[in-house]
Amino acid sequence: MKLIEILEALDAKLLSGEGQLDKEFLTGGASDLMSDILAGVAEDSVFLTGLNTIQAIRTAVVSGVGAIVFVRNKIPPQDLIEMAEEENIPLLSSPYSMFVSCGRLHGKGLTGLDGTR
Amino acid sequence: MAEASLKKIFKINKKDFVHAGAASINAKNLLKSLNADPKLIRRVAICGYEGEMNVVMHGGEGYLELEIYDDRLCLSITDNGPGIENIERAMEKGFSTASEKFRNMGFGAGMGLPNMKKNSDQFYIESEKMKGTNIRMIYYTSGEGG
Repeated sequence: MKLIEILEALDAKLLSGEGQLDKEFLTGGASDLMSDILAGVAEDSVFLTGLNTIQAIRTAVVSGVGAIVFVRNKIPPQDLIEMAEEENIPLLSSPYSMFVSCGRLHGKGLTGLDGTR
Repeated sequence: MAEASLKKIFKINKKDFVHAGAASINAKNLLKSLNADPKLIRRVAICGYEGEMNVVMHGGEGYLELEIYDDRLCLSITDNGPGIENIERAMEKGFSTASEKFRNMGFGAGMGLPNMKKNSDQFYIESEKMKGTNIRMIYYTSGEGG
């Protein structure tokens, strides 16, 4: 799935990463627990979370996550958006809940971090 | 034992929640600039980050040290925090003594130490109550462990 398709499927707002709309994603993971993402094979995946803190961005940087989706309309502070921009990590904000956001992406073909459907 | 070809120390400040994780990202960027294998960089960064969060979470200060040798890389995290009462329990998946504040930040799942062990080739931990903790991880870059 391309980033632009994820953006459309989630009716999301793009907060950073304008130049990466064609970036391709195969897997996704959702958690508010950073270790869940750090423990999985999160590289180049979509990371859905309700936690809009600096640690969500750092977790993404450390684990090589390809894009972050903040669910329930959450938007991180501007300095965090800039940090993600510097690290080349696209940030999206979706109005949907975690459950619905995951369902929408799963329905479009994304698998879990371990490749399960 | 041959001397490290490169040794770098990154400080971890006491109760500095805002910068917690920055030392690991600096270490990651250093390895990136040295053209290290991306998989190795990721493993080192994850271990550093989990370790760094532990240091900040439990109120110590310390440092993250990266040593690069011809055939391996060593990452150690040393702090002067309260120490670990029961290392065996601390190594169990899901066991955590993190505060509510840290749980709200997305930590305290009790996966930190197991994650560090999983992402390193050799894992050593030493801790003394009221003195601190030292964790040393080795990654083989050639030969054993590939």
